[in-house]
Amino acid sequence: MLPAALQLTLSREVAERIRAHGAESFPHECCGALLGRDSAFDQKRAGQWREVLELFPLVNRRDDSPRNRFAVTAEDVLEAEKAARQQSLDVVGWYHSHPDHPARPSQFDREHAWPWYSYVIVSVMSGAPAEMTSWRLNDDRRDYSPECIEIGNPAAS
Amino acid sequence: MAIKVIIPTPLRVYAGKKDSADVSAETVGEALGNLIVQFGDLRKHLYTDEGKLRSFVNIYLNDEDIRYMAKEATPVKDGDVVSIVPSIAGGSRARRNGTAQG
Repeated sequence: MLPAALQLTLSREVAERIRAHGAESFPHECCGALLGRDSAFDQKRAGQWREVLELFPLVNRRDDSPRNRFAVTAEDVLEAEKAARQQSLDVVGWYHSHPDHPARPSQFDREHAWPWYSYVIVSVMSGAPAEMTSWRLNDDRRDYSPECIEIGNPAAS
Repeated sequence: MAIKVIIPTPLRVYAGKKDSADVSAETVGEALGNLIVQFGDLRKHLYTDEGKLRSFVNIYLNDEDIRYMAKEATPVKDGDVVSIVPSIAGGSRARRNGTAQG
């Protein structure tokens, strides 16, 4: 089901806003929705592509363990989807930070992941944003496939 | 009863890219079961190997979370809408004081 090479396009501004959210939230995990478009539902351009055009920052609902856990409630998801619709976009994934930890999905991430979504992780080391990666859950749910982040100019709407 | 099931974005590629499906059912559980009969690839993303709804899969009957009703045994009537709504969770496994955190 997954294409051979996964790619996620972010504008430089969106990438910097994710990093900034991670830095602001340190030492806690930040989280938010990625709003954009995907070729599965938008045939305006040929080929397989996914682009993030906006963010919808959220409050981490895991106030019991915010340093190494994040949660987005169903109500938050519905709010993110509403915000996306208002901008003629879809929720194409989610971002969160790993304070003082590599930008690699954990076992906990995998056990709670949905397929199809892009999961962007930014590592925040001692308060400074570092590596940023993106991942998609495999169809068999056993692992993630990395997604290449391209920092560029998503196509104009 | 004729029910509409709303399919969330991350599962639409497993349902012929449809954002909803019409099913016949007497309960919410039957509606989900009939959805899976139509689109078998949805099963593993909605249910554990033990046949329980995954914890991050939220089911609404119209505007009510079925957890506050009779869960999957909640009866449905003609025209009802069952919505599958994700919640999202994750996090690192940062070690502190030499002890891995869960």
